[in-house]
Amino acid sequence: MFKSLCEKAFTKALWVYHVNTGACNGCDIEVINVLTPYYDAERFGIKLVGSPRHADVLLVCGPVTRQVAPAVKRLWEAVPAPKLVFAIGSCAAGGGIWFDTYSVLGGADKVLPVDFYVPGCPPRPEAILYGVAVALGLAPKQAAPVYSRQEFLSFLESGKLPEEFAMSPEQAQEAV
Amino acid sequence: MILSKLKEAIICLGAGRVTLPYPFAPHPPAEGFRGKVEVDSEKCIGCGGCANVCTPRCIVVTDPSQDTRVLEFFLERCTYCARCAEVCPEEAITVTEQFETATNDTQDMHIKAEVYMGSCQRCGRCFETSTALDKLMVTGFQGVPESGE
Repeated sequence: MFKSLCEKAFTKALWVYHVNTGACNGCDIEVINVLTPYYDAERFGIKLVGSPRHADVLLVCGPVTRQVAPAVKRLWEAVPAPKLVFAIGSCAAGGGIWFDTYSVLGGADKVLPVDFYVPGCPPRPEAILYGVAVALGLAPKQAAPVYSRQEFLSFLESGKLPEEFAMSPEQAQEAV
Repeated sequence: MILSKLKEAIICLGAGRVTLPYPFAPHPPAEGFRGKVEVDSEKCIGCGGCANVCTPRCIVVTDPSQDTRVLEFFLERCTYCARCAEVCPEEAITVTEQFETATNDTQDMHIKAEVYMGSCQRCGRCFETSTALDKLMVTGFQGVPESGE
């Protein structure tokens, strides 16, 4: 019972610690924006704390550089056990334009187990709030993989033409 | 001193509620916002211009067979510069206002589009056909559409 109570209470007050692993400051500014009264993330019990030992959530911004990687690992270990990692911005989500640079290991998922990705360069404050809302179960996830295929390819495989292109043998003779 | 504080309090009372009701009410971005790209594979001619200009190189073009060209968009590292939409000659790539792309799986940010490419009967390499009728002529010579009658 105590465990379920803890699990319920965990989502009610997420204390976040903001980690800059080499970001250009764009995402940092958007994260700070989310905490202003206009967007007011404190509605959801989100509070910025100054030490990873007080935090429940790490907001990782920026690609993980080679120099900062061991420090980020130590930082993650310092966060007490039920913990979430949010990758904010394209750099933290997948490496951004530095995904294969010599001094960058890649996105935050190369070093930490990331729970939520918020892509964007930088993401809108609304996008970050939306990511938090998805994590808390307040909003449904909208992103889904897209697969599209030219209709003509399926016609090629099946050997059947669409009706608009079907022609009589005489017409076919003329066309050839 | 006290008067100025009172004035401040009155201004604050007059302002009312300023917090956005965002996750519970939609808040569309301003016009010209560049969000997630959308690919119309029917319009695509497979020229690969988008992959050429992509800054984070998140568009990968491969030719798995002689007739198909596959465009894969790994949008988790997309920087939303919209250069791909700008250079696309057929306007197959469009920029939407979708910014609510937060996800717990990077697979959700992938787009895959398969495009038909006609192949030259002499050299066997792909070339793009401009219209559906041209495609028909190409495949007609290959003898695939037998169900025309």
